[in-house]
Amino acid sequence: MGVMDQVELPKPIRYVFNWGRKYSLWCFNFGLACCAIEFIAASTSRHDFIRHGVIPFAHGPRQADLLVVSGTLTDKMAPSVKRLYEEMPEPKYVISFGSCANCGGPYWDSYSVTKGVDQVIPVDVYVPGCPPRPEALLDGIIALQGMIQNESLKERIAGRRLDPITLGADAPLALEN
Amino acid sequence: MSDLSTRERIHPGTAPGEDIHLEILGEGDFATAEMKLSIGPAHPATHGVFRIVLEMDGERILGARPVIGYMHRGFEKLAEHRDYRQIKALVNRHDWLSGFSNEMGVALAVERMMELEVPERAQWIRMLLAEWNRILNHLMFTGSFALELGAITPMFYAFREREDIQHLLESATGGRLHFTYNQVGGLKIDLPKGFLRESARLSQVTRTRLRDYKDLVLGNDIFQARTKGVGPLPPEVALSFGVSGPTLQATGVPEDPRVTEPYLRYGDIDVPVPVGENGDSFDRFYCLLHRVEASLDIIDQIHDHIPPGPVNTKLPKMVKAPEGATYVRTENPLGQLGYWLESDGGRTPWRLKMRTPSFSNVQAIPYLLDGVLVPDAIAVLGSVFFVVGDIDR
Repeated sequence: MGVMDQVELPKPIRYVFNWGRKYSLWCFNFGLACCAIEFIAASTSRHDFIRHGVIPFAHGPRQADLLVVSGTLTDKMAPSVKRLYEEMPEPKYVISFGSCANCGGPYWDSYSVTKGVDQVIPVDVYVPGCPPRPEALLDGIIALQGMIQNESLKERIAGRRLDPITLGADAPLALEN
Repeated sequence: MSDLSTRERIHPGTAPGEDIHLEILGEGDFATAEMKLSIGPAHPATHGVFRIVLEMDGERILGARPVIGYMHRGFEKLAEHRDYRQIKALVNRHDWLSGFSNEMGVALAVERMMELEVPERAQWIRMLLAEWNRILNHLMFTGSFALELGAITPMFYAFREREDIQHLLESATGGRLHFTYNQVGGLKIDLPKGFLRESARLSQVTRTRLRDYKDLVLGNDIFQARTKGVGPLPPEVALSFGVSGPTLQATGVPEDPRVTEPYLRYGDIDVPVPVGENGDSFDRFYCLLHRVEASLDIIDQIHDHIPPGPVNTKLPKMVKAPEGATYVRTENPLGQLGYWLESDGGRTPWRLKMRTPSFSNVQAIPYLLDGVLVPDAIAVLGSVFFVVGDIDR
């Protein structure tokens, strides 16, 4: 991130900077299940979230600002999501789309489903529904854009360093506890 | 200067666990070492989280091994902990593109075990919505198969129709993907006023717009060059793998439970079954597109048949299937769906075994990918129509 996470930008510059960031969200769709269909529906002409500045053609996580996890996350899949999230450059945002990604949804008592993607990666906006309508995704995106407009990048990066969510090296310790 | 008469490794393995290197032969020819390429689980060419490990010699595939289970959610076990009314909300999610047909299968199984007589109107409405659901499913694959071959426009065309049809179904059921409209003994509620008129209009519109797909995709030179003769599947191999649906019909076998073993009222109407000749990627797509037309024909016939009357039966407070077992076979959009329902007389099934079409269709992929080039592998993977949730359950 360079200097952005070191110094607090002056307020007018921050306003313009955030305004530019919120309307160019390159989106990486991690489509897992039913919700991915509604995500595609949101990106096609009827609902069309490109008019909100969300571009769903990121070639991979390294080119993306926004990760939309749409669908059921299983325990077998969880390391992949974690890895893709770590490949994304800062500042990065996550939308958890659908009940399964929020909390496990209808599979709350399943043996193989991760009960919420927020157990693996930090989530900024939760969109409820099973599956949510495309309009709900648009609402979630507008909520995220409002968040981006008002945030300070320095504080966000500083908060990220203290992020308690860890997987991999610390996972065995967590299991022992 | 190195000695070219011996094999020399010029590029050692880059990734841990993978041996990627080129070798130079004495005559100056390149020889490629065998390489393993893992496509997926998150790859745009394999819609969903399907993972396939390819063993390759250069660009040619020597062997393919599908790795499934990334979407395993334990449906069969969960169904043992839901009562008969709740199961339908669960099963319409395993193949998320054909929710109505899935829940209908379970409803049929429970009704058969309870020996319930379903009102005639409910049966016809079930057929009507199942056919609309089939069109929704096939339109999705029409768009996604073309997208995987590099054409983005058909996706937008497909979703234009899908939104209209979803709007129609939503007016009756309240759901866009997961309808939860069936219940044991019939339907949740009757159709709203004006539904049939709107359905007839939409059937006309979809039929006219189907011409766009035929011109845009099926008649496209690039599409034909990439799919014709790619991944042919002989009928006897297809049958030995248990392949069904459009993938089987493309091989020339006109197998369709709606014709051979009619359920609901499919025996009273004429069900067209399109078949292909060679069983290649083009034929599979041809069958898919013509199944949409067949479904529209069925919908038009259903409009003339729907009788007035009740749509559901009075149920006891506690729905309990008597002790025993049954197997229901229905034609899902992607192939034959079977539910083996076993009950011990309690409130929940003792066992619900699913025979899902995608799982069986995917078994043919190693056979189809043997010896093809990597770009053709995408055409093969896209044309063996599957939904990952339907494979892994």
